[in-house]
Amino acid sequence: MPTPEPDRDSPGVPGFRTWRGVYLFVFGCFLAVVLALAIFTHVFA
Amino acid sequence: MSLVDWIVLLGTMVGIAAYGTWRTRHTSTLNTYLKGNHSTKWGTIGLSVMATQASTITYLSLPGQAYENGIAFVQNYFGLPLALILVCAVFLPIYRKLGVYTAYEYLGQRFDQKTRLLGAGLFLVQRGLQCGITIYAPAIILSTVFGWRLDLTIIFTGLLAVIYTVTGGSAAVNLTQKWQMAVIFGGMITAFIVLLAKLPSDATRIAGAMGKLQAVDFTPDLKLRYTFWSGLLGGFFLSLSYFGTDQSQVQRYIGGAALREGRLGLMFNAVFKIPMQFFIVMLGALLFVFYQFQPNTPVIFNQPAWQRQVQGPQGETFRALEQRHAVLHADKQAKIRAWVVAEKSGDPSAEAAARRSMLAAQAASNAVRQEARDALYQASPDARKTRDSDFVFMNFILTQLPHGAIGLLIAVMFASALSSKAGELNALGTTSTIDLWRHFRPLAADDEPRNVRNAKWFTAFWGLFAIGFALFVSFAENLIEALNIVASIFYPALLGVFIVAFFFRKVGGSAVFWAAIGAQAVVLAIFFIGKANPEHEIGYLWLNPIGCAACVLFSLGLQAWLPPAGPRASTA
Repeated sequence: MPTPEPDRDSPGVPGFRTWRGVYLFVFGCFLAVVLALAIFTHVFA
Repeated sequence: MSLVDWIVLLGTMVGIAAYGTWRTRHTSTLNTYLKGNHSTKWGTIGLSVMATQASTITYLSLPGQAYENGIAFVQNYFGLPLALILVCAVFLPIYRKLGVYTAYEYLGQRFDQKTRLLGAGLFLVQRGLQCGITIYAPAIILSTVFGWRLDLTIIFTGLLAVIYTVTGGSAAVNLTQKWQMAVIFGGMITAFIVLLAKLPSDATRIAGAMGKLQAVDFTPDLKLRYTFWSGLLGGFFLSLSYFGTDQSQVQRYIGGAALREGRLGLMFNAVFKIPMQFFIVMLGALLFVFYQFQPNTPVIFNQPAWQRQVQGPQGETFRALEQRHAVLHADKQAKIRAWVVAEKSGDPSAEAAARRSMLAAQAASNAVRQEARDALYQASPDARKTRDSDFVFMNFILTQLPHGAIGLLIAVMFASALSSKAGELNALGTTSTIDLWRHFRPLAADDEPRNVRNAKWFTAFWGLFAIGFALFVSFAENLIEALNIVASIFYPALLGVFIVAFFFRKVGGSAVFWAAIGAQAVVLAIFFIGKANPEHEIGYLWLNPIGCAACVLFSLGLQAWLPPAGPRASTA
């Protein structure tokens, strides 16, 4: 069995110190995309 | 296809497969064969996850689906980013921590061996069937369009994937998927650019006015297949099952160089998957506008099948249908142009009247297309094996793209077939080896060369199984929906087992085992009752939360009656 990895390791992404920050960013992107699609629907459909 | 197209097609396909086989020809340990060489970076994992999920059906069938029904299908992916965040935060660290080869090994450690076998069995059944659909889908379209023999097309595509997957295992799959995705992106962007250059300036407004651009629908109706709610909730559970418990995906991300690489690969998909799918469905919606302005838009896009009837003994009937469609199509064109003028005039009542007139023309045109489809299916039952919408994008490729680009787009279809099939075969071979072979032959578990040999044999077996299934199958559903329906029937109970494993520590193996069987029965009952009574049928995405919730509730209920679970390995 391999050596367990630290679960709280740094994401190593500039601007993000924790994985929670990465997840929040991805969630924010998701909200932005859904909002953009809702606006797209409102404008064109 | 011209000589240039053939060179591009064969050079791309055989070249990538040969490169993957050659680079990974010395794979000899089970760990490397099943998980890759532990140096895989997040970019490769991200593309590999994307390539495994997006088969030819995504690129071939989805534009046709949007052509017919608009872009609402994109909502199917709304639950995906949220599911991937949960997989990253909970599932992936546990799999890495335990050092498992398969997700079902974890079930054996958390519960017992019968639950592990149930999980592996559910995976093997549904993924084995889907693997057949994955290989059948491009073959039926390409063989129809090019007049190739269907059986030979299936066998050629299937064997090519089997060869490099068997030879190099997971490392070969990751390596080839990266290059295949490059071909896919290049081809799809080329097609999109060509299409944009051919569209009128009012294309988006026309598509919207004709009901093709409803990307988000908040209607709370269980019977509608694609709404914001079914996409968010049903799509969340479907994605969670797929990315968290389906070995074909788990295998892509557990073998990364570090935990970070797997997580970033999944987050890459969480960010880019919805925009990518939006791009593909928009391609379909814009194809719809493009064909409204073509003077010779076919009444049926499966032209080879249609032309056989036009030139056959009932040709007069089919030619009459063509003529009626041509007249209605010209009338519709005029009505669309009138709507554009009315819309620009700024007079709301004139615009509304022109829109009604345009939609009536569209309905009349659709009625003749339906009549033509019925006539075709009656005269040629074989044509039922495909949906006409699956030929829309292929018709555009063959009639509108320059030579070279045609070969590139056909390469896209084969590359996506090979990449998803290779990922699936790799996972089927791994699960058969780890969860079946090593379980029933524990004394052979330490014989490394023998295990690698067995993994190769199992991979080859599943490849041949998929080819065999593809040779005898036919579908009434649009191909991409067929894939999702099969997944929605078999995933929910499996996901329920994993949810119980992660979040309900007091539930033991016997309770969750029988709960999963009960939940699977509930899902099958709902599905088949819906098929027998269409007025009671619910959108298939809802099967995912229903089946998963049933499994969790049954588990908790049964555990209350059964003796407390014995101590098992701690996992979280």
